[in-house]
Amino acid sequence: MNTEIPLSEAKPGQTLRINRLELDGTMRRRLLDLGFIPGADVHILRKSPLGDPVALRVSNTTIALRVEESSRIFGEVLGE
Amino acid sequence: MKYPSKEMPYRIALAGNPNTGKSTLFNTLTGLRQHTGNWPGKTVLCAEGEYRFQEKNYTVVDLPGTYSLYSNSADEEVARDYILFEQPDVTIVVLDATSLERNLNLALQVLEMSDRVVICLNMIDEAIRKGIRIHDQKLSSKLGVPVVKTSARDGKGINELKKIVTRVAEGRIQTRPYRIRYSEKIEEKIQSIQSQIENIFGDQLPSRWIALRLLDGERSMLNALKKRIPKEGAPDGANLKSPYPVEA
Ligand SMILES: Nc1nc2c(ncn2[C@@H]2O[C@H](COP(=O)(O)OP(=O)(O)O)[C@@H](O)[C@H]2O)c(=O)[nH]1
Ligand SMILES: [Mg+2]
Repeated sequence: MNTEIPLSEAKPGQTLRINRLELDGTMRRRLLDLGFIPGADVHILRKSPLGDPVALRVSNTTIALRVEESSRIFGEVLGE
Repeated sequence: MKYPSKEMPYRIALAGNPNTGKSTLFNTLTGLRQHTGNWPGKTVLCAEGEYRFQEKNYTVVDLPGTYSLYSNSADEEVARDYILFEQPDVTIVVLDATSLERNLNLALQVLEMSDRVVICLNMIDEAIRKGIRIHDQKLSSKLGVPVVKTSARDGKGINELKKIVTRVAEGRIQTRPYRIRYSEKIEEKIQSIQSQIENIFGDQLPSRWIALRLLDGERSMLNALKKRIPKEGAPDGANLKSPYPVEA
């Protein structure tokens, strides 16, 4: 079953393949530049105790995202 | 020395993501002939230096390391404005050969705004160590610009890079930089904005690239252009307004 979830709900250890970004303007541009593009795989490394920020790996680089952004990136968990 | 001060040096810019070895390459190229300076009105430091190669002088600017030229951070604006308005004779895009997917984003952006580009695949030693093989000739023909493999830390490939840079600077290598073609709808809008830009700036600026930035709603681009509208005989700045919504 392929179900779309926001990146903010993926668990550490999971890999999400990005479908779309529900963001506009500078933040959208910024995320695209960092490698959050449709089709890209994002591996969740760990979450802070409160879940914000989340550390992840995309396009060979480790990046921390706040829920503000990660909740607007949608994709499917791979290998499920 | 014969005529070192008479001839204008070629101006070379180094662009690249952070940590691609840009500064290492800069140091290798320029040795001790360098200094850092602030660009007018900006707090971003850029190192400038010089080198001499085959009887010609070159000045090199180490632009701030950025992932993009679009996102409006001070660093990105400095790098963008330099390439756009100072129009270096050659822009070397330094890529981390072990992380091409990420690095090519910036390379494609530079290719869209400039014709005279050389791609430097740095950290090639590290790539080899990791078993990464790069078909540099293929990459070069796809991107339409020369590609040179280097290992700046141990000075490998630097002479070849200098040779290629010289040939691009002198126009002895004709580049055909890869330019993304967008949907029909976007291409139409590009055209209409592009012609307005050309009315104001002639062929001094890469009008297609600017049209794309304006379509993208990039305010800082609009401001940077307004400051540079030619004083005499030019239409007034209002013409420069994008007919499309600019993000708030
Ligand atoms: N293995 C390897 N390391 C390099 C090479 N060039 C630079 N480095 C190293 O990469 C790191 C970042 O280099 P730096 O020049 O500061 O990168 P910049 O952020 O792009 O200016 C430093 O530790 C350099 O010694 C190279 O060709 N091969
Ligand atoms: Mg540096």
